[in-house]
Amino acid sequence: MSSLHIQQVRKSYGSTDILKGIDIGIDDGEFLVLVGPSGCGKSTLLSMIAGLDTVTSGDILIGNQRVNDLHPSKRDIAMVFQSYALYPNMSVAENIAFGMEMRKVPKAEREKAIQDVAKLLQMQHLLDRRPSQLSGGQRQRVAMGRALVRHPQIFLFDEPLSNLDAKLRVDMRTEIKKLHQRLKATIVYVTHDQIEAMTLATKIAVMRNGELQQLGSPSEVYNKPANTFVASFIGSPSMNLIPGRLVPHGDGLALEIEHNTTEGLQIPLPPQPDSVTAYVGKEIIAGLRPEAIGNGNLQKHELTRQVQADLVVTEPTGPDTLAILKLGGFEVTARLEADATYPAGHRGLFTVDLTKLVMFDSQTEQRIA
Amino acid sequence: MSSKNWDSPQMVQGSANRWSRVIIYGLLIFFAAFYLMPLVVMLLTSFKPLSEVYAGNILKLPAHWTTASWVKAWGEACVGLSCDGIKGYFWNSIKMVVSAVGVSTFVGAMNGYILTKWRFKGDNLLFGLILFGCFIPFQIVLIPMAAFLGKAGLASSTSGLVFVHVVYGLCFTTLYFRNYYIAFPDELVKAAMIDGARFFRIFFRILLPCSGPIITVTVIWQFTNIWNDFLFGASFTTGDTAPITVALNNIVNTSTGEREYNVHMAAAMIAALPTLLVYVVGGRYFVRGLMAGSVKG
Ligand SMILES: Nc1ncnc2c1ncn2[C@@H]1O[C@H](COP(=O)(O)OP(=O)(O)OP(=O)(O)O)[C@@H](O)[C@H]1O
Ligand SMILES: [Mg+2]
Repeated sequence: MSSLHIQQVRKSYGSTDILKGIDIGIDDGEFLVLVGPSGCGKSTLLSMIAGLDTVTSGDILIGNQRVNDLHPSKRDIAMVFQSYALYPNMSVAENIAFGMEMRKVPKAEREKAIQDVAKLLQMQHLLDRRPSQLSGGQRQRVAMGRALVRHPQIFLFDEPLSNLDAKLRVDMRTEIKKLHQRLKATIVYVTHDQIEAMTLATKIAVMRNGELQQLGSPSEVYNKPANTFVASFIGSPSMNLIPGRLVPHGDGLALEIEHNTTEGLQIPLPPQPDSVTAYVGKEIIAGLRPEAIGNGNLQKHELTRQVQADLVVTEPTGPDTLAILKLGGFEVTARLEADATYPAGHRGLFTVDLTKLVMFDSQTEQRIA
Repeated sequence: MSSKNWDSPQMVQGSANRWSRVIIYGLLIFFAAFYLMPLVVMLLTSFKPLSEVYAGNILKLPAHWTTASWVKAWGEACVGLSCDGIKGYFWNSIKMVVSAVGVSTFVGAMNGYILTKWRFKGDNLLFGLILFGCFIPFQIVLIPMAAFLGKAGLASSTSGLVFVHVVYGLCFTTLYFRNYYIAFPDELVKAAMIDGARFFRIFFRILLPCSGPIITVTVIWQFTNIWNDFLFGASFTTGDTAPITVALNNIVNTSTGEREYNVHMAAAMIAALPTLLVYVVGGRYFVRGLMAGSVKG
């Protein structure tokens, strides 16, 4: 196991910049998830860590070693591909053993390693089959096995679950997490599924257009998103982003939400730091997670406020009911008590939890608090 | 892909359908007969004694079946000045076709591998130029090639002929393998690289074992073209080094009195047998291989 440092890594193909100076560092045993929309450069970054692609500039360090110029096989990494990339002409056992064969591991040792991995992943009965004779989940398992026999410094996963059906994906997700805890391995994992990112990661790197938007623990990324992109990308349903204005209110401030067609709404805020008070009288974007807007399911305390809102539509999910509310003229998603009936068009008082409120600059879209 | 699937139950119902079937089969049989006729004539003639050939109808079955003309064509017929049959030339052709097909297929596979998995600047341009080579008519290269072979000391030798066929065939074999490998997942190559395999290992251990269908297609294509070639054989070889197609022509042209059509036909059959054999053995894979690239997911 080993730490990984990516320093000012850039990549261009011709005149197009794919990665624009990425800085990421993780410690030994961390589970880093690279997440972002399609085409943002996740796979490209992973390929460069693996050495399948060269960096245009910048450094990649595994442990304390700069690996920029090392061949993939010398970097001591293992990779699981989205398509699994099992060699179709070899049996499962041969697939797992191929890397060891290339590294001239003695035959007896190879046999033992195959057996150990097969046992770990419960696939002893599959060893003689060809990849074409396996189901999607089994192929995925074999691909993992091929990575595991290597005992690498770092595991690299490129969307390993995206070809599985929904149920299997959840099962394998748990399995990967267990494996990480057992092996205490350093893992870099690419996905564009934000739920996978939240559940697996110890650190999440959110990327967009070849730029790192935020690097942090799942709770940091979730609760303190660096900008509106991260705020709306992480979390499902995504965070409500409401255009508003900061206005003076008594001794302090209030958040004014006013859509031009309807009457406005003022929510008094607790005392704010200077970074926020500088915005008095200015437009901001207020970010509230759906679970920060509720009714009976939210405990009232001094940082909650009661607001008037119109209920537009509800979507019961079981554990709770998602609702679209019209709040100061804007539609927002709220998470309400389950087991209650909500007449459509119902106007009532809802609770807003201000401890979960984040605010963004309306121009730069960066978080100010 | 069995032909059974075509017989859907609805198609045999109704008399209108029955009539269309009759017409379809009638036409098919007619054309099959039309195309098979020369072969039948050749076979029948080759088993007749010469007197019968001159006596009657070319479609009549031999009254006395004899393999004498086959024996003669193989070992005694006069080709030019020597009268040792075509066996020597047959072996010339075998030697030529085996080496030329082997080398051009292998190098074509290598080219396809490099053009798709080890991309470099200008690779598409290079491929375009190679493709262009497929369209160069034989006649254009004859004189420059003869000059080159002369300089290289390969004139009038089987190796020289092999060289010509390899150069000419490479355009096609490269095209075949390139188009096959372009659909071969890059991730497999990457996985092999991480596993520690390098250029040749990846080729021999990963790509080549998965190339069965396209190898079959290429071999059949190259084999028939090279075996049946007459122009290069006639231009770049002389006397004993000629391939069988040239020898066949010489047998027919060596006129000493009465033309021995039965021997000519037997010689022609012998010359055609290897390609027939290749089709019978590999024809199924040929069709399958041609479609493999497009069907694979
Ligand atoms: N060889 C290449 N030449 C030119 N552009 C490339 C090349 N490879 C990738 N790109 C571009 O780089 C960008 C990032 O690609 P990448 O595969 O890293 O995206 P990704 O984040 O992994 O997306 P996805 O979630 O769809 O897998 C894309 O816009 C892609 O078109
Ligand atoms: Mg990708």
